[in-house]
Amino acid sequence: MNFVESLKCKECAELYPKEPKYVCETCFGPLEVLYNYDEIKKHISREKITSRPQNIWRYRELLPLDAEPTLGTQVGYTPLVRAVNLAKDLGVSEIYVKNDAVCYPTLSFKDRVVSVALSKAKEFGFNTAGCASTGNLANSVSSISAAGKLKSYIFIPYDLERSKILNTIVYGANLVGVKGTYDDVNRLCSEIASKYNWAFVNVNMRPYYSEGSKSYAFEVMEQLGWKAPKHIVVPMASGSLLTKVWKAIKEFELLGIVEPQGSKVYGAQATGCSPISTAFKNGWDMFKPVKPNTIAKSLAIGTPADGYYAMNIIRESGGAAEDVSDTEIVDAIELLARTEGIYTETAGGVTLGVTKKLIDQGKIPRDEPIVVSITGNGLKTQDAVEKRLGEPNIINPSFEAFEELYNNEKT
Amino acid sequence: MVSVRIPTPLRELSGDRDELSIDASTVSALIEKLESECPGMKSRLCDENGEVRRFINLYVNEEDIRFLDGVSTKLNDGDAISIIPAIAGG
Repeated sequence: MNFVESLKCKECAELYPKEPKYVCETCFGPLEVLYNYDEIKKHISREKITSRPQNIWRYRELLPLDAEPTLGTQVGYTPLVRAVNLAKDLGVSEIYVKNDAVCYPTLSFKDRVVSVALSKAKEFGFNTAGCASTGNLANSVSSISAAGKLKSYIFIPYDLERSKILNTIVYGANLVGVKGTYDDVNRLCSEIASKYNWAFVNVNMRPYYSEGSKSYAFEVMEQLGWKAPKHIVVPMASGSLLTKVWKAIKEFELLGIVEPQGSKVYGAQATGCSPISTAFKNGWDMFKPVKPNTIAKSLAIGTPADGYYAMNIIRESGGAAEDVSDTEIVDAIELLARTEGIYTETAGGVTLGVTKKLIDQGKIPRDEPIVVSITGNGLKTQDAVEKRLGEPNIINPSFEAFEELYNNEKT
Repeated sequence: MVSVRIPTPLRELSGDRDELSIDASTVSALIEKLESECPGMKSRLCDENGEVRRFINLYVNEEDIRFLDGVSTKLNDGDAISIIPAIAGG
């Protein structure tokens, strides 16, 4: 391992040593991990990857650790499902669901990024982890910190879904609910991070953390039979995942692991928090921040840090961005559950809802393979669908009672 | 007077002070005053066109100035200004 040369500013290209540092001192641009791809090329191959256990570390040359991973060692390699029923319903020839609703251990793709961030934090010698979160990151940081014997301080908007709150507290994190939006929480955390010497996964560990997202797309390509996806739809909160999906595709192409396919990347947002898709559709160079108001709380970031880059990638790839209403989100959650037996959270409803919309608009062709990025589990956002789903039929424990019900339902 | 919290990357320009008191009536006047007090500050906060850099968020009393009047946002005695780099989400 150890193919990381330094950190590099995405804006002005200034180089920095490998430290827990996230922002360029000159221009405030975000720092990104810089690899030595010539060296990596000598060490990575399809055979080498497939010889390793099925987790994110099978792509270790392209992940930013200097030592062996110590946390989240079994994370990743979720199913890529060929969704035949969904394809029929949508009227397309070939569609795949990359299902991180079953990511280990906390049922969202955040387990990937946290495993990388906290393994790196251990390398740096931190004993306390922290994060600002819309929920899934909180769950993952709390769980993986507990397993790694790190203390954790986690900051969330106080009005998150109950399930996301409980799924954080149970692992013993110090959870702080902040009276404000995620953007308020984030601002607070960056001030806390500058005072306290903690590994804030999405602040001072960000360059390392965000690299973990690439494993999602590496797996997609491997599971497609070493092919880059032709069309891939990705949910956007800060926009980070979309930029890393793109980076992963470009890296595999550069290293000769897949052939370039002219991959197109599509970004999905909820209409109630759609700064990136709105800017894309209006042809703006930069998004305008918004105050979020959507049931897709895990995507409710009104000032998306990577929004600018995500928008540029969508344009560069020839993709598109769209957004869907809360009703369309719930419709899509039901559609995926009833066609493929996969229960996703509201963010997944956004992604599938937007996929359907883009297909209907003719922006995604019906006769080419499509990958839908499902990043979280429906058990965490029950509140969103509860009213829609209704209640079970209650009967006495008698055969007659059942037959009466059954015959009534048939008519 | 308003108080300005200085983020870590800018403290080399502020003599390592994490908070400054400045007399300014708008955000753009504040940036000019910061520049005269701590030379080099403006070019760190603004690009060649004088616009606040893309990855810097400025807040007046916890509100992003893009929801107020941008750099024309008026400042009142006792306001607290934060300069915060954009950070990733989740």
